[in-house]
Amino acid sequence: MKTEAATTTTFDIEQIRAQFPVLHQQVNKHQLVYMDNAATTQKPQVVLDALNDYYTGFNSNIHRGVHTLAERATTAFEATRKAAQRFVNAAEPQEIIFTKGCTDGINLVASSFGRSHIKAGDEIIITAMEHHSNIVPWQMLCQERGATLRVVPVTEAGEMQMDAFEQLLSEKTKLVSVVHASNALGTVNPVKEIIQKAHAVGAVVLLDGAQAASHLEVDVQALDADFYVMSGHKVYGPTGTGILYGKRRLLEAMPPYQGGGEMIKEVTFEGTTYNDIPFKFEAGTPNISDIVAFRYALEWVESVGKANIAAHEQQLLQKAHELLQEVPGLRLVGTAREKVSVASFILDGVHPFDVGMMLDARGIAIRTGHHCTQPLMKRLNIEGTARASFAVYNTLEEVGLLAEGLQYIAKRMR
Amino acid sequence: MEKAPINTIQDEIIEEFELFEDDRNGKLEYLIDLGEKLPALEEEHKVDNNLIKGCQSKVWLVSERTADRLKYKADSNTAITKGLIALLIRVLSEQKIGDIARADLYFIRDIGMNTFIGSQRSNGFANMINQMKLEAALAYQEMEKE
Repeated sequence: MKTEAATTTTFDIEQIRAQFPVLHQQVNKHQLVYMDNAATTQKPQVVLDALNDYYTGFNSNIHRGVHTLAERATTAFEATRKAAQRFVNAAEPQEIIFTKGCTDGINLVASSFGRSHIKAGDEIIITAMEHHSNIVPWQMLCQERGATLRVVPVTEAGEMQMDAFEQLLSEKTKLVSVVHASNALGTVNPVKEIIQKAHAVGAVVLLDGAQAASHLEVDVQALDADFYVMSGHKVYGPTGTGILYGKRRLLEAMPPYQGGGEMIKEVTFEGTTYNDIPFKFEAGTPNISDIVAFRYALEWVESVGKANIAAHEQQLLQKAHELLQEVPGLRLVGTAREKVSVASFILDGVHPFDVGMMLDARGIAIRTGHHCTQPLMKRLNIEGTARASFAVYNTLEEVGLLAEGLQYIAKRMR
Repeated sequence: MEKAPINTIQDEIIEEFELFEDDRNGKLEYLIDLGEKLPALEEEHKVDNNLIKGCQSKVWLVSERTADRLKYKADSNTAITKGLIALLIRVLSEQKIGDIARADLYFIRDIGMNTFIGSQRSNGFANMINQMKLEAALAYQEMEKE
């Protein structure tokens, strides 16, 4: 069920904010301004209610029980799979594997697909703007298999160098793993083009959708993505949830990731036959309650409408860019042509840590540091940045408060 | 002039910070002021060997023993951490080595800066306290041998 995209005039920010209890509190004697959404988003009441309803109404282990509660829990759990299928427009729910989050999803692919398909001499391509979780699993795999990790450089503005990418592609390339939208800079990568070019040399493509999923429409079929990972907690859902989308033929050809209950068809001491997808990759009792509630987050996003969310966030980003550039000594880091609502910056002469602490004293929550992208920071010749990242519930007034805080810090500390 | 005991200095600091009540910004500004007054560490000491690595802020620490006392000098690349360092030096530097090693630094919590201790990943400050105590313990061993 996709809700009709409403026009921006029907976007009632107060009505949206009212659904997020955590936003309505004082921090250090100021009204909380939460701008660390790229790290994790807050949760709407429907998600909190769903968690409570699960434990008070039908907590049970799934897929095996014959009793009524088990049936209800199983139905609710599988309803999330269908919601996730719709959210990324997968061809069928069996192509959705539940994970703990993006890191877990990438490790699953690296371990299962990687070990069965990557051999000595093969190459894996990533970009210089990847999160550590889209670097380290491939490094580990390459080390184990004798394969080589190739890195596409990024420009000063924080965009992927497409010509360099094309030069790196060859018949040796077996896998390309790229972030859909950068967590540190906000850059949106040209993923459709990346996938087409990678497919032309026969490589498989994984997209890291951690940052993109809450801001951009994701259509894995239109993109022709082979794997797509996302985290529930960055899309207004519970922590410890995520999905790995994979094309059926790829998932079927992959060996299981972990062994245990749920993932088997038959176990004897002589040997075991494995369950079909998606269960083959879901060993053990999953995080049932959070996955049940995850569905409500996905449906909540759909009900507000991705287009509405994106329009609102772009307005916030534009305003932030405008006001931040007026702050003496402030330099934006990441000025790609296409960005999600992430404003990364450094304030000349002031360490990001001090910026973060001083803003926190004003009730404003941002993130400081390298954002788990140390190679990217090194490429940009900086130690780290201060990063404000906006979500659907942020307001233009809040952006104003951020700018005001930064003006104060610039005056006081430079 | 004899240095006041560790806990006397801690109590003085707590009293100073009480003026701010729960004005977080005021406290941070005061820390920044204290940091600005702390003499900068000579460049020759700002080497990797003296670096206490936190995730975000860098802290350099050197110590020097005279008889049964230990003198500390330190610096940081972040202004707020530097202010906290100024407080630590005020409390611990030139104290008796045994007293440093045994010190319970309750003032950090009492002035509302325990967040610095809790989040090891974001700050070198907690590591700095550990390092100061470690150096005192090592100096104590050295002293015992003499």
